[in-house]
Amino acid sequence: MTTQASSAPAPRERSRAARILTRRGFPLWSWLWFILGALYFILPLYATLDFSLRMERDTIGLKAYSAAFADPVFARTFGYSVLLAVVTILVSILLVVPTAYWIRLRLPEARRIVEFITLLPFVIPAIILVFGMIRIYSSPVNLPFTDIRLLAPLTTSRLGTNALIVAGYIVLGLPYMYRSVDTGMRTVDVRTLTEAAQSLGANWATIMVRVVLPNVRTALLSGALLTFAIVVGEVVLASYLGLPTFGPYLFLLGQHRAYEPAALTFTTFLLTWAAMGIIQLVTGGQGQVAGAH
Amino acid sequence: MAFLSIQHATKSFGQAAAVEDFNLEIERGELVSFLGPSGCGKTTTLRMVAGFEVPTSGRIELNGVNITNQAPNQRNVGMVFQAYALFPNMTVADNVGFGLKVGKKPKDEIQKRTAEMLGLIRMPQLGDRYPYQLSGGQQQRVALARALAIQPQVLLLDEPLSALDAKIRVELRSEIRRIQQTLGITTIYVTHDQEEALSISDRIVVMSAGRIEQVGTPFDIYNFPKTAFVASFVGTLNQLRCTVVDAGQGKLSFDGQTFTATAPIRAAAGASVIAALRPEELHFGQFDGENQLTGKVEAVTFLGGIVRIRMVLGQSQITLDALNERKLTLPKVGDMQLVSFPPHACWVMADS
Ligand SMILES: Nc1ncnc2c1ncn2[C@@H]1O[C@H](COP(=O)(O)OP(=O)(O)O)[C@@H](O)[C@H]1O
Ligand SMILES: [Mg+2]
Repeated sequence: MTTQASSAPAPRERSRAARILTRRGFPLWSWLWFILGALYFILPLYATLDFSLRMERDTIGLKAYSAAFADPVFARTFGYSVLLAVVTILVSILLVVPTAYWIRLRLPEARRIVEFITLLPFVIPAIILVFGMIRIYSSPVNLPFTDIRLLAPLTTSRLGTNALIVAGYIVLGLPYMYRSVDTGMRTVDVRTLTEAAQSLGANWATIMVRVVLPNVRTALLSGALLTFAIVVGEVVLASYLGLPTFGPYLFLLGQHRAYEPAALTFTTFLLTWAAMGIIQLVTGGQGQVAGAH
Repeated sequence: MAFLSIQHATKSFGQAAAVEDFNLEIERGELVSFLGPSGCGKTTTLRMVAGFEVPTSGRIELNGVNITNQAPNQRNVGMVFQAYALFPNMTVADNVGFGLKVGKKPKDEIQKRTAEMLGLIRMPQLGDRYPYQLSGGQQQRVALARALAIQPQVLLLDEPLSALDAKIRVELRSEIRRIQQTLGITTIYVTHDQEEALSISDRIVVMSAGRIEQVGTPFDIYNFPKTAFVASFVGTLNQLRCTVVDAGQGKLSFDGQTFTATAPIRAAAGASVIAALRPEELHFGQFDGENQLTGKVEAVTFLGGIVRIRMVLGQSQITLDALNERKLTLPKVGDMQLVSFPPHACWVMADS
C-alpha cells in the first residue's frame, strides 16, 4: 500500500517545532493513542513482573520462579494445556481455512451469517457454553424423535471429555481464528489467485497447498497465537469439565499464594510469545508474504 | 470453422441476463477486443471462455472441441487479470514456471522456458524478485509471461492495464500487441477504454447491456458505426437534431441553416433526424463543395496534439478538433466562426 505524503510545503516563517507538531507533518494524536494503548498493556505486565521479583523482602530475586517451577503439578498442568492448545489450533485450522476459503470463493452471501456465528462467544459467556455441553453430552445423543443412538455419553470418558473441551476451545477461539484468516484471504485476494492457478492447470489440492496456505500463513499464525493464549489461561471450561489444566491450577494457587502466581503469569506470557516466535522462525523462509500488493 | 467459436452464449445471474445470445467467431492468431461500458457483460463473456462461468445456454468451441462445460484447469487457456494476481509467496521465476510445474514438466525445461518468457517481457534479470518488489507495470508483464508460459491455446486479458498509470498503460499496450503478434497467439482483450481497443485490436466487439452492438475492424467501428450506441461510445461525436429537407439529395435543415449529408436519407421530408459528425472532420473557414455553418465559440481547450473547440449553434453544441501547428491562431471565446465539413463526413443515424 502506498500513501501519498502531503507535499504542501509549510510556510517558511513557521518554526521547525511548530511544523513537527502539526497534525499533517507529525501524527501527534496517533502517537498519543498508541502510547496510551501501550501503557494500558505494559503497566499491569510490569506490575506483575515487579511483584513476582519481590518474594524475598527488600531484594529483587527469582525465588518466586524457582518455587513455582519446583511444583510438579505446574509442569503437568502446563504441559497438558499446551497439548490441548496445539490440538485446538490444528483442528480449528482444518475447520476454518476451508470454510473461509469456500465462502470467499463461492458463497459471499454467507459471510455475514458465518461472521455472526463466529462472534457468538463474545455474546454467550463460557459458563453457558460449558453447561450446555454438559447437559447435552452427559447422556447419550439420539437422532431427534427416535431411539437411534448417535453418540455415547462423552463426559464419562476421559477421551470424550478431552474432545468436548477442545470443541469448546475451538468455539472460544473462533472469533480470532476466523477473522484473521478471512482478513488474510481478502488481503491477498485469494479468489483471483485461485482463478489464476486454475487457468494454469492447477487442481484443488495444489491450489490449497501451494497458493492458499502459504499466503494466509501470517493470518494463521496470529489466529493461532490468540487461540494459544486463550486455551492456556482458560479456567471456566476446564473447571466444570473437571480437567487438570493450567488455568484452574493457577487459579487455585492464587488463592493460597501471592508471589508464585505472579511469576507463573509472567512466565506464561513469555512462553506464549516465545512459542509464536519459534513458529514464525521455523515457517519463516523469506518472511515477506502478507500485505504484498 | 473458426479457431474459437462462441455460439448463442447466454449467462444469467438469477433473473437478470448478464450476457445474451453472444455469437462470435475468432480466427487463429487474431486479437479481438471486447469494448463496452462497465457492467455490459465483457468479463462474464471472457469468464465463460476461461471456464470460470458456465453458460446458462449456448456453446463454446475451441479448436473444434466443445469446451462449454470443461473445467478451467483442463482448458489450457491463459488468463491475465486487472489486479495482476501474482502469487505473493513466489518469486517472479516461480510465478512464471508455476503452470509448467503443475503440468509436471522436467526441471530443465521449466528453467529454459521461464528464462525465455522473462526475455520476451524484457525482464531477464528479475527472476529472483518477489512480486511486491516490482512496479505495477512489471507485475503485469510477469502475469503475462506466466499466462504465456504454458503455451495456451487462447490468451484472455481482462482490463489488464486499468490499474496502471496513463504513460505505462500506453507503453504496455503496444508491448502486449508486439508479444501477441510475435507468438501469433489468439487473444481476447477486454477493455472499457475505446482508445486502447482501437489501437490494439484486429477486430473490436462493441457491447452494451449484455449484447453485441457491432463487430468490426477499428477503422470500421470508428468511421461506420452501425448503431447510435457505438457512434457515441467510440470517440467523440457531434449529434445535430435536423429536419429533412430533401431525402434523396441528403439535404437537411439545422437551426435555420441548410447543409448536405451522405445521401440518400431514409426518412421523409419534414422528419426530425439526428445527423452525426466527428469533430476532426470539421474545420474553420470556407471550402469549395463543403457545407458551412456559423456558430459562436464557447470554449477552447488546448490538448497538445489537438485543440478542441466547443461552439454553440442555435440550441446545440458542436465540437471541432483542429490539429495543432505552431502557426495556428486559436479562436477566441465569443467569436462568430464559419465551420465547414464535406457532405460525406456527415451521416444520418437511425433514430431510436
Ligand atoms: N457473480 C455474479 N453474480 C451476480 N451478478 C453478476 C455476477 N457477475 C456479474 N454479474 C452482473 O452481470 C453484469 C455484467 O457484469 P460484467 O461481465 O462483470 O461486466 P463488465 O465486465 O462488462 O463490466 C453486471 O450487471 C454484473 O452486476
Ligand atoms: Mg469487467
